[in-house]
Amino acid sequence: MLSVHEVTTAYQGLVAISEVTIEIAKGEIVLVAGANGAGKSTLVKSIAGAERPRSGSVTFDGSRIDGLQQHVITARGIAYVPENRRLFPRLSVADNLRLGSYMFRHEADRDDPLKLVFELFPRLQERLEQRAETLSGGEQQMLAIGRALMTRPRLLMLDEPSQGIMPKLVSEIFQAVKKIRDAGMTVLIVEQRMAECLEIADRAYILQTGRVLMQGTAGELMDNPDVRKAYLGL
Amino acid sequence: MTTATIIQSLASGLLMGLLYGLIAAGLALIFGLMDVVNFAHGEFLMIAMYVTFFLFAFFAIDPLLAAPLVAAALFVFGAVVYLLVVRFAMRAKANVGMVQIFATFGLAIVMRGLAQFFFTPDYRSIPHSWLGGQTISFGGIYLPVPQLVGAGVSILAFTALFFFIKKTDFGRALEATREDAGAVALVGIDKNRVFALGWGLGAALVGLAGAIMAMFFYIYPDVGASFALIAYVTVALGGFGSVFGAFAGGIIVGLVEASTALILPPSLKSVGIYAVYLLVVFIRPRGLFGSI
Repeated sequence: MLSVHEVTTAYQGLVAISEVTIEIAKGEIVLVAGANGAGKSTLVKSIAGAERPRSGSVTFDGSRIDGLQQHVITARGIAYVPENRRLFPRLSVADNLRLGSYMFRHEADRDDPLKLVFELFPRLQERLEQRAETLSGGEQQMLAIGRALMTRPRLLMLDEPSQGIMPKLVSEIFQAVKKIRDAGMTVLIVEQRMAECLEIADRAYILQTGRVLMQGTAGELMDNPDVRKAYLGL
Repeated sequence: MTTATIIQSLASGLLMGLLYGLIAAGLALIFGLMDVVNFAHGEFLMIAMYVTFFLFAFFAIDPLLAAPLVAAALFVFGAVVYLLVVRFAMRAKANVGMVQIFATFGLAIVMRGLAQFFFTPDYRSIPHSWLGGQTISFGGIYLPVPQLVGAGVSILAFTALFFFIKKTDFGRALEATREDAGAVALVGIDKNRVFALGWGLGAALVGLAGAIMAMFFYIYPDVGASFALIAYVTVALGGFGSVFGAFAGGIIVGLVEASTALILPPSLKSVGIYAVYLLVVFIRPRGLFGSI
């Protein structure tokens, strides 16, 4: 479904990721892990169109998307939830969600994903009229994922969804990711909490200083002694 | 000074204030949306007045009927100004704020120059419009009909704007873009499109004001300057970027101007406005309804 081929992205001459190649098949949950500064965020930004790769290609459902504008890539079916969530803070929860379905004109296209969002995150339904900025960190993350789901994506990309969230909600969010996949979507998730995330992921890539260090199925990586020592703290 | 004189003055001030609010609305809208002060705002007003004048002169369309046409023409003009000038100014690698100021200020000078060249510096007016020169009296208070209609148009325009922003998808997109222009792409919105439509909408509002003004004010290439100055004060008073603050700011400016004229010689009627403005920026720099 998504293939990232030898993508190199640089900021002001500094190479953040270098010739990264990853493949994601339809219906998978794929984890991208690695230490701070390994280039995980740059990778998802390069796919989402928030950063423009210097070289390489990104192909989504058979067509090249690298070089397209970010809003066009969203319209093609890739939803991206950035690390800092980027909600519209002074707008209500309802308005944030409604903006997610801005691209659609038919009521059905707007209501169907809303049902899923409320099913996954019932507490959003209780807070519809509240301003987004008044939500807790966990609820804001739920809203950011909810808003992304409203765009009816085929691929959902989450950048560090567990950041700044209390542990109980983290597992709630990971469970939601599983359900999102069960609803027919493909998920790319960037996380530092590798151990918890490997439990829901099918496959994972580990980045180090901008390159793919290792890849494999969740089981393979969990059994790998180097990974256990360096990344899982076991 | 009798009570009747005072009421008369305040009533005219209120009408003028509502019009000031309408003139300033577009300025506030654009500033709120993208933090760009349009220094050519007065020239937008000037163009709107000329468009009204030519529609009258060549096609005998009364300014009242012309108002929607002028608004539509200015909408296109505003969007084009964004796409051809402002969009590029915003791409500056350094000192974006200054580049924007110079870009819109330069635009103002060009527009004024072109108006002088093509329309000549002559003062024009629309002599026989339907409403021009008519007054209506309410219990001894005489109000000019064009200003009265202008005030009504202003209230209608602000009401429509309110519902447009609060109730429509595009209004919500405008609000979202002003909150975080970098985030709207996440929901598939093209911020450049929103910016262009925002400029169009802002210009259309000043277009509406220009059509009304053309009924009772002289039309000449520099006409925008003094009104633009008042518009900046209005926007600063109401709170930068707050469209509805501009409404309140306009009313305050109109009333203060009228009250000053009661006390001081008419040539000093602007003194009051700037005094109040100074007071507000000292005490509450973000303006009355500003949230920055």
